[in-house]
Amino acid sequence: MALPALTFGTSVRAHAADLKRRNKSAIMLWMGGGPSTIDIWDLKPGAATGGSFTPISTSGDVQICEHLPMMAQQMHHMAVIRSMSTREADHQRGRYYMHTGYVPDRNVQHPSYGSVVAHELAGTQTELEIPPFVTVGGGSVGPGFLGMAWAPFTVSSDGQVRNLDHDIDSDRLLQRMAALNLIESSFNRQNRGSAGKEHEKILQKTLTLMTSEQLNAFQVRQEPQAVQDSYGTGGFGRGCLLARRLVEAGVPFVEVDMGGWDNHANIFPTLETKLPEMDQAMGALVVDLEQRGLLEDTAIIWMGEFGRTPRINGNTGRDHWARSWSVVVGGGGVKGGIAIGETNLDGTRVETEPYTSQDLMASVCQALGISLQTVFTSNNGRPMKIANGGKVIKELFS
Amino acid sequence: MSVVCEGVNVGTNGSPFNKTNQRTVVDRSPWAFFVIGICLWLLSIQSTGQAAQRPGDHTIPQVATIDQEIWQGWQDYKLTPSAVAKDSEWCRRVYLDLIGRIPTIDELTIFEKDRPADRKLNLVNTLLHNDKYTEEYARNWTTIWTNVLIGRNGGNENRSLTNRQGMQKYLRDSFARNKSYDQMVVELISAEGVNTPGMKNFNGAVNFLANKLTENATLATAQTTEIFLGMQVQCTQCHNHPFNEWKQAKFWEMNAFFRQTVALRRFESGSRDIQFVELANQDFAGEGSQAQEAELYYELRNGLLKVAYPVFVDGTAIGPSGYLRDVNRRLELAQLVVSSPYMPQAIVNRMWAHFLGYGFTKPVNDMGPHNTASHPELLAYLGKEFRSNSFDLKQLIQWIVLSKPYSLSSQMKRNNFRDDPELGEQPKFSHFYLRQMRAEELYESLLVATQAHKIQRSYQEQEETKNRWLRQFIIAFGTDEGDETTTFNGTIPQALMLFNGDLMQRATSADEGGFLNTIATSKLTNAQKIQYLYRAGLARRPSGREIGAANQLLAARLGNTTAALQDVWWAILNSNEFILNH
Repeated sequence: MALPALTFGTSVRAHAADLKRRNKSAIMLWMGGGPSTIDIWDLKPGAATGGSFTPISTSGDVQICEHLPMMAQQMHHMAVIRSMSTREADHQRGRYYMHTGYVPDRNVQHPSYGSVVAHELAGTQTELEIPPFVTVGGGSVGPGFLGMAWAPFTVSSDGQVRNLDHDIDSDRLLQRMAALNLIESSFNRQNRGSAGKEHEKILQKTLTLMTSEQLNAFQVRQEPQAVQDSYGTGGFGRGCLLARRLVEAGVPFVEVDMGGWDNHANIFPTLETKLPEMDQAMGALVVDLEQRGLLEDTAIIWMGEFGRTPRINGNTGRDHWARSWSVVVGGGGVKGGIAIGETNLDGTRVETEPYTSQDLMASVCQALGISLQTVFTSNNGRPMKIANGGKVIKELFS
Repeated sequence: MSVVCEGVNVGTNGSPFNKTNQRTVVDRSPWAFFVIGICLWLLSIQSTGQAAQRPGDHTIPQVATIDQEIWQGWQDYKLTPSAVAKDSEWCRRVYLDLIGRIPTIDELTIFEKDRPADRKLNLVNTLLHNDKYTEEYARNWTTIWTNVLIGRNGGNENRSLTNRQGMQKYLRDSFARNKSYDQMVVELISAEGVNTPGMKNFNGAVNFLANKLTENATLATAQTTEIFLGMQVQCTQCHNHPFNEWKQAKFWEMNAFFRQTVALRRFESGSRDIQFVELANQDFAGEGSQAQEAELYYELRNGLLKVAYPVFVDGTAIGPSGYLRDVNRRLELAQLVVSSPYMPQAIVNRMWAHFLGYGFTKPVNDMGPHNTASHPELLAYLGKEFRSNSFDLKQLIQWIVLSKPYSLSSQMKRNNFRDDPELGEQPKFSHFYLRQMRAEELYESLLVATQAHKIQRSYQEQEETKNRWLRQFIIAFGTDEGDETTTFNGTIPQALMLFNGDLMQRATSADEGGFLNTIATSKLTNAQKIQYLYRAGLARRPSGREIGAANQLLAARLGNTTAALQDVWWAILNSNEFILNH
């Protein structure tokens, strides 16, 4: 096991100088519940499964849903991958699989995207005092065998970090910490397992965070009103704005959550209200990142745990469907303005080479300059290839 | 009598004897101490041969069988178990696991003064059967089961069909009366009535299913099977399961049992606010032509429609009629669940995991041939014993808590270091597995440790305050199934709450008449005050270095004792040793 780990360590060090200059980050827009990509990014006008929306042209060579006018103007930066084909159509399993590249396993807890990216890029962000993996308004998936130190740091969409204020001066806080560390370390010397040691690491990170000036990055309300307005007033818009601030501050991975896509009933009226909110926030994020010169180094990933059935059910809804669906990627140097892969006329089947969670993750790592040769060692000693050995989606980098 | 029982006997008696010596030796010469020590040592050697006779050890056959089976596992894997935990550690554990909070100093002292040979059995009996603890016992298990049945957030959502108070009222009454588990299962699965306390026809048990009937009761099907039978079936709703024996047909045959059930909303007049929900049974007309043979349809992946009637997981079919006058499908299901061998094994597995940190399977709610149990014979045995002892949860708890594996220290040795389920191994229970307190346990522990629980407020008010506090940790995943996670999981948000949160501010307050102020102004010496806090938080005395650190804080606070105690108490409550059940 030692050899692969060593290889990976060396590879990170070899790239460190380069990455530092590039300052790469990723923002994942997580659509919890399983968004109906057949109504959003891969419409089937005329088919029995087509639903009630019409496709519109965009600034790229791709058509999308009429309810995404803002994104339509930004599609030259984005690639729609229309040939996602996965097998996990249960929320919990799908969430896990899409976040980790692995199917759930009773014996191994795999690290999620954010933990992997934070772990790999932390070396390039040595000045960073706030957590390297922040989730906004959502839960994501945990750090698995990488340990609690790489767990997502969850904040609400208005950037509020709870319980930061302390009413004692810093001298007294440090004196308290000294007394605490005494209990902490003596307990940890007693061979009682890893939980106590993980606790000790978290204490130090918490102390660093509490006293950091970088906390300012969370103050999303300090943005000029015009900027706030451009993202929209909803939670998702505010979350996207917060993501931009965090990326600017050097956070390698931010996940912004937008739930409510589990539309088993009355899907079209629901989407008519959800899509504009998503469109405005996502559109503003792309524009803002580009204007600040950050888009080239910030990968954006839009996805959920799966898509939804082409067939419209008896409640005018769509159910879970993993066999043929879409995700969207942009920024971070990937090629925009294109649709990758195709589904058949009614959207029930992928007609081109199918892509998986692993392939998507490998491609994101590639965009972030993380070596795909990286191998972790899980807690039970098994070697774990980064992105589960997925293949880079070539069209994104051609 | 097997070797393992002798091991238990020596272990459980070893440290209590030392404590007896310390208590009785105060006025005696070292020589007397030595003589008493020798006598006790001889006694203990003699007694190992008659382990089964000793009260509190192995007069309970189920405990002996647990010890034997677990010991066999150690033999098979060549593991040496850890030493038995200190009695005070064990005491803290039992309070946390049985009634959901750490012991007070008084409770700890009473335990330590009890006769060493009897104190463990006595404590378990007290916590389970003494009226003084009925409310706390019921509260703890109500909390645990509310989270199992409706989730941490169930009923907190806007316009929810679940009434959280109603669910908790049902559970509290059931646990306070120690209702048998089979009765609870039947009631929860077959409940009819109104979900809200105080309303006519109130039946809190309906809250388990009230919010799970939409989309053809798929959630009711999945969760009933998972919680009461320990089988995961939600994936088979759409396709045959790739890894276990579950087929799609089975899911829909189980689903058919729920099709006579409806959740009727009653609104506040003139508004869209739900006043209450009534769970009712009605004739199921079927999706075909006639209620006589009320069928339902499900779709295969290739688009073919298939038909399903109510059939239990073991293949037992009930009549196809959808008429209530012919059959009450949910009641039939409840009785099939209760008489199946899966049900007692599922609850044994769940309870074992609660006390030992890991179940016989991982996860506990995914049992079956595809997921071999770590100790299949023991699991089957305990399932049978649980059934033949009238499904008495308190009995089951007693067997587990008095067993050898539950008594072991969490300190590993060279020869059981590799018994670590986190490494993907099946648990062998050769040492106690560390785990973090649940948020509710922290809350109740702080309340009791700072004696804030003595401020009289109504039960309902207390629960509402706690529920509000707990909500800060819940994150919903935005799906229709209401799945959720918690940030009270050992990460930075939890640490921040413990550093600075309002609960902690109250616990470490210097207010006059408050907990710390009362200790500070008492007649205790400074050393005793420090010791008091360590015993209250960690159920142990401070080490020399820890007293030294406390003295430094006292100096830094320029002799302000209350302020120094604030610092010490803050350090104790923020430590791994406090938050981890060890």
